[in-house]
Amino acid sequence: MADAQDKILLEYQVPGDDFTRAGEASADLKARLKTLGFPAASVRKAAISLYEGEINLAIHAGGGKIRVELTPARIEMWLDDEGPGIPDIALAMSEGYSTAPDEVRSLGFGAGMGLPNMKKYTDEFEIASEVGRGTHIRMAVDIGPA
Amino acid sequence: MKISDIIQILDAQLLTPQADLEREVHTACGSDMMSDVLAFVKDQSVLITGLNNPQVVRTADMMDMICIVFVRGKRPDAGILALANERGMAILCTEHTMFTACGLLYEQGLRGGVH
Ligand SMILES: Nc1ncnc2c1ncn2[C@@H]1O[C@H](COP(=O)(O)OP(=O)(O)O)[C@@H](O)[C@H]1O
Ligand SMILES: [Mg+2]
Repeated sequence: MADAQDKILLEYQVPGDDFTRAGEASADLKARLKTLGFPAASVRKAAISLYEGEINLAIHAGGGKIRVELTPARIEMWLDDEGPGIPDIALAMSEGYSTAPDEVRSLGFGAGMGLPNMKKYTDEFEIASEVGRGTHIRMAVDIGPA
Repeated sequence: MKISDIIQILDAQLLTPQADLEREVHTACGSDMMSDVLAFVKDQSVLITGLNNPQVVRTADMMDMICIVFVRGKRPDAGILALANERGMAILCTEHTMFTACGLLYEQGLRGGVH
């Protein structure tokens, strides 16, 4: 286990009204992870997963908050929003399921691959949601050998 | 093939003059759906797309892609080009349609990534 002084905490606010800015948090995380020397494969997994989550915050939840905790052993990420929530999580997790409107689809999202991609690229993935209250996701990427 | 080969094959215009055209491209991915692009990791890949917004560059960046080709004469705006420049990515623009652009590159030996 890494000790406390090896821990880096990051926080991002994702706006719900500006789709062009969605992805800024993930791009920042990716740049930092590279600078810190995390292995390229782990950087990519974490960045893709956070990017999908960030897009979801922007298009489905009216924005939200991201927290990231870095230790030499893992990249752990929390995404929290107070959006509409997800009525059926199993359905939302299935490949190709999307409630995204046409305007989101015309922007290149809404293929229903976001949540499945997040689960696929992370070593731990947990999602909890309550209709009318919001959605909470925790995911972690374990750092493999470089 | 190299990025300079792609320019030639697609009769494309280079919109990021700073980019290194000698870089090798190993695989290609043609899509307008960004999550489909994000679903499969490819190595030193080029993204061919008809979509024109900043998320195209962000998606390519997440995948460590080194080149984006915009088809059907789509021209990304200055903000998109700036994002690409920051990342050392080459942005190309061709008049060909998606189908034709992919076909021309395939014909010259470029293939999709391993799924
Ligand atoms: N943070 C969220 N808040 C509310 N609904 C969400 C959230 N994230 C995902 N969803 C729901 O789950 C569905 C599937 O999400 P995802 O797999 O990312 O596909 P897509 O974003 O392409 O629709 C979404 O269409 C939406 O209905
Ligand atoms: Mg999504």
